[in-house]
Amino acid sequence: MTLVLLAVLLWIGAWALNGWLTRGTRHRVRAVRMAVPLIFGVTVLLVWELVVRGLGVPTAILPAPSRIGATFGANLPLLWGDFVQTILKGALSGLAIGVAAALVTAVLVDRFDVLRRGLLPVGSFMAALPIVGTAPILVMWFGFGWESKAAVVVLMVFFPMLVNTVAGLQDTTGMQRDLMRTYGAGYWPTLVKLRIPAALPFVFNGLKIASTLAMIGAIVAEFFGSPTQGIGFRISASNGQLALDMVWAAILVGALAGSAVYGIISLVERWVTFWHPSQRT
Amino acid sequence: MRRTVLPVLAVVLAILALWYVAAIPMNIREVLTEAERAGAEVWGGTAPERQDRSAWALVVRNPDLAPAGWSQERPRLPAPHQVVRELYASTIGEEVFGRRGFVQTGEFSNRSLIYHAGVTLGATLVGFLIGAAAGVLLAVGIVHNRAMDMSVMPWAVISQTIPIVALAPMIIVVLNSMGVQGLLPKAIISAYLSFFPVVVGMVKGLRAPDQMQLDLMHTWSASGGETLRKLRLPASVPYLFASLKIAIAASLVGTIVGELPVQRGGLGARMLAGSYYGQTAQIWAALFMAAILAALLVWLMGWLERRTLRAMGVPA
Repeated sequence: MTLVLLAVLLWIGAWALNGWLTRGTRHRVRAVRMAVPLIFGVTVLLVWELVVRGLGVPTAILPAPSRIGATFGANLPLLWGDFVQTILKGALSGLAIGVAAALVTAVLVDRFDVLRRGLLPVGSFMAALPIVGTAPILVMWFGFGWESKAAVVVLMVFFPMLVNTVAGLQDTTGMQRDLMRTYGAGYWPTLVKLRIPAALPFVFNGLKIASTLAMIGAIVAEFFGSPTQGIGFRISASNGQLALDMVWAAILVGALAGSAVYGIISLVERWVTFWHPSQRT
Repeated sequence: MRRTVLPVLAVVLAILALWYVAAIPMNIREVLTEAERAGAEVWGGTAPERQDRSAWALVVRNPDLAPAGWSQERPRLPAPHQVVRELYASTIGEEVFGRRGFVQTGEFSNRSLIYHAGVTLGATLVGFLIGAAAGVLLAVGIVHNRAMDMSVMPWAVISQTIPIVALAPMIIVVLNSMGVQGLLPKAIISAYLSFFPVVVGMVKGLRAPDQMQLDLMHTWSASGGETLRKLRLPASVPYLFASLKIAIAASLVGTIVGELPVQRGGLGARMLAGSYYGQTAQIWAALFMAAILAALLVWLMGWLERRTLRAMGVPA
């Protein structure tokens, strides 16, 4: 019980500290901006730990963070295998294929107006559908290996990517296009030098959405059948054994991978579209 | 109107045509195996030899047998009309003419897709309402409290990059072991999934009024509550609906994934059962039902958006 009380006190204390840190003009300091979310995150973890220990919550319901960390550390080779199977083979290869296909289609759709009027409504309709549901079918076609996961990912990322890229390719003003025409630039020079650069912020926006969808697709597809490794397999297998510390460790792998991919995309975005207002600080 | 309808129709027809064409090579191996068993002459040697040949070669050399790929019992890829037939049989057929249907018993049959769609829809809507309400509340808190903003927002953004759906089976099993069953566990997952898009969109919306407008409220000596009610909330409505559309689609996905571990009805359970027993038409029918449901929900949000914006006097 004392541990629970300690947790409550810790929560109030951290809240007061963050409140003090953000009052007045203090929040403009860079170190404070970094510290506040960190304090909040660490507090949540500590409160979780203290409450689980204080109330004696069984591991089969909610394992303490320290326990999850220990499981994560003790099973690194196993989890690395899951990471390679699900993220590198399934999610990233599917993401690459799906994004490439969507980019090529987007240029075609943009070139031919009939395609744009026909394919775009269908595309935005498909983007809202629960495409994850195709997973059982694709697992049946492509087998239990990573190929079926990549196929699910391709389907999931294609439409959001297509819709975003097409919107981006049309994001040039009449003035800019006229300028290109006065330079005597034809379709291809205009595409390469004006419209693709103008579309890049939209493409990166689509990529960020697509990368999250890719993780979801690759993991959920494994619930329908997988070899004996992979994050989704680990989650459903450990879940059956009520080894929830292992489930959380597998989710941690997914979370780290998801954030890492997102971070890499953001870095590339900053490097490629440095000229865009949203990147200038 | 005509300018969009015709191209869309053409694209849909092209997809259907592609589907019919693709069904032939996808199903050719099973078709030939069945035909061989029935005693027909089959090109391509024995079944193991056929495994090494390409599907298209088998189609071209067996032109009489190939069309059977559109009418198989358990095809790898059912043709569109087979899916439609299954969809009809498991909705109207089951409910109106079936022994356990709605017309006979006054209750929806648990073998019909209408029943399963209803199970999924219920959990989705409950979860969506909880998630959206919590999201709006947190967003209001974030806009009014800088400590909350700086503590919570970075994590809300990071959590969007995490495959949260992966938590679904665990939440279901844990709640099950604590004795919570039925609609609530699935609703919690779908609430969780719809929560973060709403928070992020709503924070953006509540911050949409510019300094000039906020200053104007100041000159009228409006309190924080009044500024919220009369300026920030109305300004946030377009943002809110944009994120609600994303959120309701996400809740539906969450509910379907949440139905996978516990086989107690719902479209997700239907899909998994179909994939266990090789009932491809059943999976496709469930998939189409899910698609119809998603389209309806998103359309409903769009309709609400148009109604609300018109009532608020925003030119559509």
